[in-house]
Amino acid sequence: MSRSSDDNDRSTYSRGEEFLQAFKKGAEFTQELLKENEKLRYRVLKLEEALSQAGGEGGKDQSSEAVQLRQRIEELEQEKAEILGQIKEIEEENEDFANRYVEIEEENNMLANLYIASFQLHSTLDFKEVLQIIVEIVINLIGAEEFGILLLDEKTNKLEPVAAEGIATSDIPAVPVGQGIIGEAAETGENYFIASISGYVRDYEKPLVCIPLKIKDQVIGVITIYKLLVQKEEFTGVDYELFTLLAGHAATAVFSSRLYSDSERKLSTIQGFIDLLTK
Amino acid sequence: MDVHKVLVVEDSPTMRQLIVFALKRIRGLKIAEASDGVDGLKKLSAETFDLILTDINMPIMDGLKLVSMVRNDPKYKEVPIVVITTEGAVEDRERALSLGANEYITKPIQTTTILDTVKRLLPL
Repeated sequence: MSRSSDDNDRSTYSRGEEFLQAFKKGAEFTQELLKENEKLRYRVLKLEEALSQAGGEGGKDQSSEAVQLRQRIEELEQEKAEILGQIKEIEEENEDFANRYVEIEEENNMLANLYIASFQLHSTLDFKEVLQIIVEIVINLIGAEEFGILLLDEKTNKLEPVAAEGIATSDIPAVPVGQGIIGEAAETGENYFIASISGYVRDYEKPLVCIPLKIKDQVIGVITIYKLLVQKEEFTGVDYELFTLLAGHAATAVFSSRLYSDSERKLSTIQGFIDLLTK
Repeated sequence: MDVHKVLVVEDSPTMRQLIVFALKRIRGLKIAEASDGVDGLKKLSAETFDLILTDINMPIMDGLKLVSMVRNDPKYKEVPIVVITTEGAVEDRERALSLGANEYITKPIQTTTILDTVKRLLPL
């Protein structure tokens, strides 16, 4: 019984030793696993940090680039607005230039016409020819259909009709200076224009237009207009200038031709006397 | 540069001068003048013209008669004719155009209108 008991004791001890050894190995393995786990966790953490850091830096770059791009867009938008503004200004200037060009062209045409008109007016000293040229100019440059030319008779101080177009010269009454619209225009030397052309009915005492023929301040006659050509609906700005400039040239031409005609007549009379005395 | 011959038929010397003076602003034009329709026909038979500008109211032969005769001449069948007149009524315009005029310009004279019309009708 005791031998058997000793054997049992030894066997139990041996198993205990084995178990203890196994336990120790298990403990060591567990320790190693824990260490390895610790290392892995640390590594994961590091990687996460690295990843996070890497991601953060990229976002920052992108954000900065986006800001720069937005600024550039704003700058370009501003530049575009400025350029559009400049284009608008240039277009407005261009329009002004175009309008000015048209005005200058009109003035140029008017001056060219006036040059020809005055050239023709002063091309002759024949009184009737001068009157005919005035008539042609008033029809073709002014666009009048019915009008008269009245000259001052210094003896009677009346404006006497000497030529007409569209109406008979004899139908136009003589007008004393200072009387009515025509007489006043002759007295003051001021152009007269009716307020409104529409609905006008011919009235020899109240013309559409009355232009004094002046040499400096001396009025030698008037042009009175009673009707415009059907296509001439109203007067333009150029007409008013043309009237005034033309009136001056017409007056000089009329005055010169009259003087010449008078001197020719007197010369002819004197020549007649001389011929009578010498023969 | 090609030279284009233009005939101006107008009885009023003043208006003729005005039209000629205006036309001289177009380069390459050789301008001849006639004082009425008969004078115009003489000039047209003596040499060839590329464009005719004519008034209507003229002595001896008026502008409409001239337009009609020119259009019946095979030599001038295709030549542009411009009428410049004081007659502003629609029927006057229609009559001139039906006789063969290409353009109808009314007075008072507008230099720009004349120049634009001539430039349009001639291959300048």
